[in-house]
Amino acid sequence: MSSMSVITTDDVRQVAWLARIDLSPEELQKLSAQLDTILSYVTQLQAVPTDSIEPTSHVLPLSNITRPDRHQPSPNPEDVLTLAPARHGNLVKVPKVVDVTQ
Amino acid sequence: MPSERPSSLPIHQARQRISAGRLAPGDLLNDVVARMAQHNPSLHAYIALDPDRLRAQLESRLRQSPQGKLLGIPVTVKDNMCIVGEEVTCGSRILAGFRPPYHATVIARLIAEGAVIVPRANMDEFAFGSSTETSSAGITRNPWDLDRVPGGSSGGSACAVAADLTMGALGSDTGGSIRQPAAFCGVVGLKPTYGRVSRFGLIAFASSLDQIGPITKDVTDAALLLSVIAGHDPNDSTSAPVEVPDYVAQLSRPVKGLRIGLPTLPMVGIDPEVMKLVDEAKEVLKSLGMETVPVEIPNLRYCVATYYIVATAEASSNLARFDGVQYGYRAAPPAGRGGDLLEMYRRTRAEGFGAEAKRRIILGTYVLSHGYYDAYYLKGLKVRTLIKRDFDQAFARCDLVLTPTAPTPPFRIGEKLDNPLQMYLSDIFTISANLAGIPALSVPCGFAGKDLPIGLQLMGPAFEEGRLLQVAYAYEQATEWHRRKSPAAAA
Repeated sequence: MSSMSVITTDDVRQVAWLARIDLSPEELQKLSAQLDTILSYVTQLQAVPTDSIEPTSHVLPLSNITRPDRHQPSPNPEDVLTLAPARHGNLVKVPKVVDVTQ
Repeated sequence: MPSERPSSLPIHQARQRISAGRLAPGDLLNDVVARMAQHNPSLHAYIALDPDRLRAQLESRLRQSPQGKLLGIPVTVKDNMCIVGEEVTCGSRILAGFRPPYHATVIARLIAEGAVIVPRANMDEFAFGSSTETSSAGITRNPWDLDRVPGGSSGGSACAVAADLTMGALGSDTGGSIRQPAAFCGVVGLKPTYGRVSRFGLIAFASSLDQIGPITKDVTDAALLLSVIAGHDPNDSTSAPVEVPDYVAQLSRPVKGLRIGLPTLPMVGIDPEVMKLVDEAKEVLKSLGMETVPVEIPNLRYCVATYYIVATAEASSNLARFDGVQYGYRAAPPAGRGGDLLEMYRRTRAEGFGAEAKRRIILGTYVLSHGYYDAYYLKGLKVRTLIKRDFDQAFARCDLVLTPTAPTPPFRIGEKLDNPLQMYLSDIFTISANLAGIPALSVPCGFAGKDLPIGLQLMGPAFEEGRLLQVAYAYEQATEWHRRKSPAAAA
């Protein structure tokens, strides 16, 4: 990529790591070029004056919503656990989290 | 017409015949099922079909909801809304095998009114797309021209409605995913006001933009379906506690004197045939007694850039939950080793997501990441404020805003697949309504060339769906476009 790139392949590799997605070398090259095109287009927003403008993360005037503290039926654990790719009794089973050799 | 198929009727007419005892719900369902069997192999509107389950549903509705507004009416659902026990994947490998233990609120409401839920309309993976070419289940074709896309992301829903493979459908719309496919398939599509319809049980793409809405054969059907699905839901804290009017009863209210705002459109290469048809539609509205007024929405040209920051940021966060732990796909460990948890996440997401999903997750993660948050995400949210303000000011001068739904007729399969930015620009007129949270509707306004459908978009102030439907209904009554059937529907 040219030196004018908005985003480099190193940036994309790092962000893919943060997003927990392995990319093949071909995916990394293609994606870097595409994201550079998209981000170059997006940089047009820098021309919009917004110094005194409040951000809008949501169009509705939302506040916290509560309900009376009464118990209600909850999903049957079996209905939920049966969806897991691997289970052990009433637990979801995953590969090891901690490397005991370190 | 003795040979008329019941599946060719709009819902409101089929419903009248059922009530009058002139149409048996079983015959209607059989006709729809026969059409699916005949045409789904070429159109691929549905990812999967199970006629026996549809028939079993009908039996149960006839017993349980004999007075339902939608009794015996098949209604198709996009593959991103939860139905108890039915596989739902958002067109993605990563959700393969996922069968939700609960109904989305819209599904529960349709069932309560007697509708037969027809699951699994195809869609762009996680609703990321404008062409229904990115589903892990394969592409959907346009019933007007099999070499063209049906639009997206609700392309399966729009295709099924246009080809009479159902009676009506639900889609979801984050940046135009109901309206653009409705326009491309020559049917009606409505994105309600943010908060008008519960999102509970809709698998989230961008939570501040997503809305569920109807895709139908005519405007009356859109009013009918909206009246069933709209309203506050305690399970969705962003659903608005605003009363739901009787949209069908309001359809024939007078439109004389309403002011149609015409914004200066950004220079984005609008197809001349699209412009010509939209201009003709303006003349029809004027002939019905409406006035046109110029309005300025100066930040309209920044909508696509703003959207691809805000929507991808929210998507990257929402899709973080798909990690192979609790449901869906999990990648096998590397050969000869057990692997660790982090490696399982990375491999699962690498194998489970398609190219467009990866692109959007990585873009969204980038604009939220340290060092870029202010320059991209915060900037996007501020421009979003300006876009919303532009609409507030425009609606002080007019009752609704008119634009084309899409800048071009339906494009060819494959034409934009390798050029994401060009694909994103096909949503330039629809995105603004999601950013501003306002309702918008697409209604057929003619054909480019011989038979490529074009849609007219009407946008209104928040919670004024009734006004959009009223104007679209008056337009529909004055024109014949909605009566023309796609070649697939005629076959």
